[in-house]
Amino acid sequence: MKKMSHQEAAELYRSMLRIRRFEETCHELYLSGKIPGMSPHLYIGEEAVAASICFFLNKDDYIISTHRGHGHCLAKGARMDRMLAEIMGKETGYCKGRGGSMHIADVTTGNLGANGIVAAGLPIAVGAALSAIYRKTNQIAVCFFGDAASNQGTFHEAVNMAAVMNLPVLLVCENNHYGLSTPIKKTCPTCNISDKAHGYGIEHTTCDGMDTEVSFAAAGEAVDYVRDKKKPYLIEFITYRFLGHGASDNRSYRTREEEAQWLKKCPVKNFRKKILSDYKIDSAKIESLEKEVEEEVSAGLKFAEDSPYPKPEEVMENIFAPAAPGGGQ
Amino acid sequence: MSIMTYRDAIRLALREEMAQDEKVFIIGEDVGAFGGAMAVTKGLYEKFGPGRLIDTPISESAIIGAALGAALTGLRPVAEIMFIDFTGVCMDQIVNQIAKVRYMLAGQVEVPLVIRTQGGAGKGYAAQHSQSLEAWFCHIPGLKVVMPATPRDARGLLKSAIREPNPVVFIEHKVLYNEKGEVPEKEELIPIGKADIKRTGKDVTITCHSRQVLNTLSAAEILSKEDGVECEVVDLMTVSPLDEETIFNSIKKTKRLFTVEEGYENNGIGAEVIARATTKIFDYFDAPPARLAFSNCPVPFSKILENSILPDTKKIVEGVRKLLS
Repeated sequence: MKKMSHQEAAELYRSMLRIRRFEETCHELYLSGKIPGMSPHLYIGEEAVAASICFFLNKDDYIISTHRGHGHCLAKGARMDRMLAEIMGKETGYCKGRGGSMHIADVTTGNLGANGIVAAGLPIAVGAALSAIYRKTNQIAVCFFGDAASNQGTFHEAVNMAAVMNLPVLLVCENNHYGLSTPIKKTCPTCNISDKAHGYGIEHTTCDGMDTEVSFAAAGEAVDYVRDKKKPYLIEFITYRFLGHGASDNRSYRTREEEAQWLKKCPVKNFRKKILSDYKIDSAKIESLEKEVEEEVSAGLKFAEDSPYPKPEEVMENIFAPAAPGGGQ
Repeated sequence: MSIMTYRDAIRLALREEMAQDEKVFIIGEDVGAFGGAMAVTKGLYEKFGPGRLIDTPISESAIIGAALGAALTGLRPVAEIMFIDFTGVCMDQIVNQIAKVRYMLAGQVEVPLVIRTQGGAGKGYAAQHSQSLEAWFCHIPGLKVVMPATPRDARGLLKSAIREPNPVVFIEHKVLYNEKGEVPEKEELIPIGKADIKRTGKDVTITCHSRQVLNTLSAAEILSKEDGVECEVVDLMTVSPLDEETIFNSIKKTKRLFTVEEGYENNGIGAEVIARATTKIFDYFDAPPARLAFSNCPVPFSKILENSILPDTKKIVEGVRKLLS
């Protein structure tokens, strides 16, 4: 199993904490009416997945994210301030307020976009992997998707194509057990989502996405496999979203007892304990790291709140790119 | 000038663009050694190899999605969808992904991607292999839709489409593949977004595209000889975005408008042309505009039925005569 150094453990904790605090901030903002539109889909409880996978990615590796995508975006290196501005619909956001929570991405960090259509990112990631081979680079492409996405046709088309073409794409299934309200047990006949990979003849594994050390080790092996072998790999993390699908979801489809069991596995809290005990990182260092994250949140909030809204007269910009000279326009 | 078929002209454009830019590649079903279901890519595999003519499973969503992933990461894919009817399978990738990603990301990315496909009736292929579905794509912001009628236009427009930094749905017509025409020896880029006046006239403007340009030109010849009516034939070439300037200038001259298309009449290209013209330059009209399109009926198999509702030269002549009467 891939062991992590003290330095790595601290970095991983910071990555997870950034996601947790960012999402808690979004939740508060939404409840206070400062985020327009649909409630953001929060990643709280699933932090170990994005943090572990992105830990092993290079800046020029690609990710494709989902409707529950803030965690992926942050872990791949996006700034909190511009993300918060985007979610609040401000001009300074990564998408100048045109995308919002579900489409937020910083392309300079290799994020090719979050997606509001379940499983739509999978073939796009396959194309990014094909492109890496075509351009003879060492890049890999990662596609995050949920358990329920594995019931979409695009999942099967993408896995099949990646397998038959030997493409360096890492398929990261975040199995949080529910497609909105519907338990995956009702919609998927296999025990694990990774079982579906077996049918396409690609390597796959299922691991505990609530255990940060396990997630880290499995993520490292998966990324190495894809990069070294130039082949697809499906890694499934068993995880849980602590909140509802969105803020208005009253979670009537699951019991408070079930939730309590999962809350005990909180990856952020448990990993904090672990790095103090097993990795002997002193508490002063942890506290200073936590203070830095808090400062990032409050500075981000101030930036987002102080930022202007986009101008309606610019609403039609960026539908098309201007044609290059000598081009076809 | 050399004489070549529409098919050969499209292949020439592909060959030229692949030779001048190694980022250009073709992805689709049977496009490699087999040479494409319509034989358009024949011979390219031998020249450019399997790395640049990528055969795929029958997975239209994955073809278009993979093309998008490649376009976002520095390549210029030309994705082939064998029949336009099959775009129903991958509409999410076209409508929600390709068309919108640049806007949703506020211009952080460009999407230089061509979807080559073919449509049209007239060959007895029945309801799922004969449609003209261009209006679907015209409805979506973020897509350009190009439909050439002649070999020269096909070559020049496809080259421009491949060089575009935006997604282009390039729709060929299955009946045109063996039609011959002049193509310049020299490289020629024909601009996207511009209509072409294929015949000048003073009495009535006829807008048309794709195969119906040929029928309209035949009809214009008949109307000139038999009725002394001079039609101005405006080949739209790009059906989205429409070249309003060329269309409107023609109507301002002729004061009359007749539209021809092979797509279903409901919410079609003719509906859009007429709506724009009558809402923007109504005062120029001397007669109500009229349109000819495929009836709002699935394409029937039996030839006698298919021909009964497929726009053709005779129906265009009759339609124009009625408009002028």
